[in-house]
Amino acid sequence: MAENIWRDLAAALRDDRAGQRLLYTLLAVSVLVPLLNLGVGQTSWLHVTNYSMTLIAKYMSYAMLALAVDLIWGYCGILSLGHGAFFSLGGYAMGMYLMRQIGDRGVYGNPLLPDFMVFLNWKELPWFWHGFQSFPYAISMVVLVPATLALVFGFLAFRSRVSGVYLSIITQALTYALMLAFFRNDMGFGGNNGFTDFKDILGFNLQAPGTRVSLFLCTALALAGSYVSCRYVVASRAGRVIEAIRDAESRARFLGYRVESYKLWVFVLSAILAGVAGALYVPQVGIINPSEFSPVNSIEIVIWVAIGGRGTLYGAVVGAFLVNFAKTYLTGAFPSIWLYGLGALFIVVTLFLQYGVVGAIGQWRRSRLRRATT
Amino acid sequence: MPRPRLLFSLSMLLLAMGLPKVHADEPAAAGIAAAAAQTDLASLLASLPDASYADKQGLIRKMAELPDPKVRDVLKAMLEDGLYVRTSDNHIFIGQVDGDTVKLTDPLSGQAAGAESSDAVTTVGVNNQLRKVLRVALGQLDLNDPDAGVRLRAVREMLRALNAEGQTVLRARLDLERDAEVKREIEVGLALADLDSADAAVRLAAVRKLSSSLNPDVYNRLSAMVQVSTDGTYGDSDAAVRTSAQDSLRVIERYRTLYGAIQTFIYGLSQGSVLVLAAIGLAITFGVMGVINMAHGELMMLGAYTTYVVQRLMPTHIGASIIVAIPVAFLVSGLAGIAIERGIVRHLYGRPLETLLATFGVSLILQQAVRDIFSANNRPVITPDWLAGTLQINDVLAITYNRLYIIIFTFALFLGLLAVLKRTRLGLEVRAVSQNREMAKAMGIRTAWVDALTFGLGSGIAGIAGVALSQLTNVGPNLGQSYIVDSFMVVVFGGVGNLWGTEVSGNALGIVNKLLEPYAGAVLAKIFVLVFLILFIQWKPRGLFPQKGRNADG
Repeated sequence: MAENIWRDLAAALRDDRAGQRLLYTLLAVSVLVPLLNLGVGQTSWLHVTNYSMTLIAKYMSYAMLALAVDLIWGYCGILSLGHGAFFSLGGYAMGMYLMRQIGDRGVYGNPLLPDFMVFLNWKELPWFWHGFQSFPYAISMVVLVPATLALVFGFLAFRSRVSGVYLSIITQALTYALMLAFFRNDMGFGGNNGFTDFKDILGFNLQAPGTRVSLFLCTALALAGSYVSCRYVVASRAGRVIEAIRDAESRARFLGYRVESYKLWVFVLSAILAGVAGALYVPQVGIINPSEFSPVNSIEIVIWVAIGGRGTLYGAVVGAFLVNFAKTYLTGAFPSIWLYGLGALFIVVTLFLQYGVVGAIGQWRRSRLRRATT
Repeated sequence: MPRPRLLFSLSMLLLAMGLPKVHADEPAAAGIAAAAAQTDLASLLASLPDASYADKQGLIRKMAELPDPKVRDVLKAMLEDGLYVRTSDNHIFIGQVDGDTVKLTDPLSGQAAGAESSDAVTTVGVNNQLRKVLRVALGQLDLNDPDAGVRLRAVREMLRALNAEGQTVLRARLDLERDAEVKREIEVGLALADLDSADAAVRLAAVRKLSSSLNPDVYNRLSAMVQVSTDGTYGDSDAAVRTSAQDSLRVIERYRTLYGAIQTFIYGLSQGSVLVLAAIGLAITFGVMGVINMAHGELMMLGAYTTYVVQRLMPTHIGASIIVAIPVAFLVSGLAGIAIERGIVRHLYGRPLETLLATFGVSLILQQAVRDIFSANNRPVITPDWLAGTLQINDVLAITYNRLYIIIFTFALFLGLLAVLKRTRLGLEVRAVSQNREMAKAMGIRTAWVDALTFGLGSGIAGIAGVALSQLTNVGPNLGQSYIVDSFMVVVFGGVGNLWGTEVSGNALGIVNKLLEPYAGAVLAKIFVLVFLILFIQWKPRGLFPQKGRNADG
C-alpha cells in the first residue's frame, strides 16, 4: 500500500516538469534565504533582512492558501469566496496557543488569562480555551476546526446540490458571518484587536534568529508538502473523477460516481490546507484579527489563482507570489495605484488571460515550438 | 375680528373669577385697587418703576389679563431681568445687553429705541416670589393662546412643577378647552396630581380616569402604588385603590405591548426596505439576466455621491435637491452600468464565475476612483427638513419620518419597476430574452441592445437606492461593500428571477432582524440571520419563490 503511494507520487511528479522546477526553486530558496540571513553580515549587499525573510514566508503561506483554492476551483469547479475563513480559523487556533504561551508575561501578569480577558474583567478561562496550552492539541485544532466547518458546510451544501454562483455567495456569507462574530468581544477571541504580542513558540523566542529561520523552513516544507499532496490527489484516479465533476457534473453522477462525496472530501482537504497555511502565517506575522475574515480577502485569494493560472497547481503558487509581491511593492511606492492595479488585473485576467500567466507562457512556448517544427 | 376677541375676553373673565381667593390673600390690596382703574398697558407700565414688590404682583396680574399680545414680551423680559427703566425719564424698555450699552426696544410700539450706556438704565427688580407670579401669568397667557400647540406646551410646562395655584388654573381651563389633545393632557395631569390626595375616593376616581393613558409618568406612578415595599406596606394604603390601579395597569400594559409590536414591525419594515432597496437592482441584473455584478454596491455608492454633488450644486434648495438627485442618480449609475455591460460583462455571458471576478475588479476601481476624487473620508449629505423629525402617534409609539419615507419610497420603486417589466415594450423584451434568448432573437429582438438596457435599468435602480441610502448611512467609499453580501442573500432567499420574492424576503429579513435585536443585540441578530440564510439555501436552493417551468433549471 505504502509502496503504491510512493510509486504513484513519483509517477505524478515525473510528468510534472513545472512542478519539479517549483520544488527545486523552493529547495534553493530554503537553503539560500536562511544562509544569507544568518551567515552574511548585515552590511553586505547579499544579506537578506529579517523583514524580507518574513515577507517571503508570508508569501509562501499565501501560496499554500492559493493551492487550496486551486484544488477546489481549478480542479473541481467550486468557487469558494470564503476560503479566508478556513485560513483565519487555522490562524486563530495557532494564535490561541501562542496567547497561552505568553503566560504571566502579559501586561496584566495574569498567569492563566490572556490580557484582553483581564481587560474585559473575565474571571475564568472559557471552555474552548482549555487545552490550547498544549502544542499538539493546538496543532490538531488547526486541522480539525477548519476541517469540521468544511465538513458540515460542504455536507449540507453539496447534498442539496447548491452549486455555481449560489455556492460562491453562501461561502461569502459564511466568512462574513464569522467576521462579524469574531469582531464581538464576548466571543472570547479578543474582539477587533484579535491576538498579538506573541512571545514564544514551543519555548523558543519568536524574535530569535534561530526560531525565525526554523519557521521559515517549516513554511517552505509545508508548501512543498502541500504541492506534492495536491499533485498526488489530482493525478490519482479520484482526481480524474473530480475533474470530470468540474466539466460535467450530471454526467459524472449518471456514470455512478458519488459526486457529493468527492466534492466533500476535496473541499475538506482544501480547508485543512488553508488552516495549516493560517497557522504558519500567524507566528511569523505576529498578529491575527477578524479583518482576515473579510470577504474581500477571500476574493483576493481567487485572483491570485486566476492570475497564476487555475487548474495547474504551480500556477496558483506563481500567482500568489506575483500578486503579493506587486501588492507589497505598489502599496509602498504608489498607495493609490494599487487598487486600480488590482481591479484592472481582475478584469484583464478574466477577459484576456483565461489560463493565467502560466497558461499564457505555455501558449507562447507551444506556438514557438510549432513555428520551429514547420 | 370681533368674535375671537370677545371669546378671549370672556375666557379671561372666567379665569379671573377662578382666582378670587388668591387675589384676596395678597397684602397690598390697596395698591391693586389704585391700579385697577388703569386698563391699558401703557399706564400699567408707567406705574411699574415706582411700584413696590407687592404692587408689582398686582400690576403683573392686571397686565396678564389685558387682551394685548405685547404683554407676553414684557412679562417674559421681566422674568429674564431684561426689562429696563431709563433713569432720565422713567420710561420702560425691553433691553438687551450689548457690551457696556443696552439696546432698548419700546414695548408698546415694538420699535427700536436706540441704545443707552448701562449706567443710564436700571432693571426692573424682581424677587423670587415675583418670578413665581410671572411664570404663572405667562403660563396663563399661553393657556389662552388661540394656537392649540402653544396651549399644549403651556400645559406641559405647568405640569412639570404643578402647585395648588396651577391646579386651579388648569381646572378652570379644562371646562373651556375645546382641543381634545390639550384637554386630555390637562385631565391626565390633574388626575396624576389627585393621586397624592389624602382622600381615597379622590385617588380612586383619579386611577380610573388614568386607565387608558399611555403617559410614562402614569405607568410609573401606578406601578409604585401597587408595589409592596420591604416592610410589607403598599405604595397606596387603600385596597380598593390598589385593585383599581392593578386593573388600570393591566390595560396600559396591553396597550404598551401592542404599540411595541407595531413599532418593531414598522422598524423591521424600514430596515427590510433598505435591504430591498439594495437588492432590487440586483434582482434585475442577477435575477433576470443571471449576471453576478459584484460592483452593484458601488453603483449604489455612485448614486449616493450623486446626491452629494447635486446638493453642492444647489446649496440653497436642499429640500428639492433630493428630488432632483433621483433622476440624476438613475442616469449616472445607469450609464455606468451600460458601460460595464458593454465593456466587460457581454464578453463573459455563460461564464458566471468569471463575471463575478471581473465585476469585483470594477468595484475596486470605482471605490478607488471615489477615494481619489472625493477623498477617503465620508462626505456630508444634508437631510432636508421635510425628511427629518418624528411622527409622535402617542406616548409610547413614535416613528421617525425617514423610516416611514423609506418604506413608502421602496414600495413605490418596486411597483414602478414591476410596471416597467410587465407593462412596457422594454419589459416584454427583457422577459423574452431572459426566457429564451435564441427564440427572442429569431423574433427580431435586438438581444444585445436589450442586454445593455436591462443592465442599465438594474444599475440605475441601484443609483436611486443610493440616493435613499445617502439619507440613512454615511456616504463614503465603503458604502457599497457593506451591502453586497446582504443584497445577494436577499435575492437568493426570495428566489432568483422573482421581483416579488425580493420584496417579500427583504422585508421579512428586516423584521426578523428587528425581532431578534432586543434579545441578541444588533451584530448577533445579523449573524443569526446570515446563518439562517445559509441553512435555508441548503433546504430550498431556489429560494422562497422559485421560478417554475423549463427555464427554471439553472
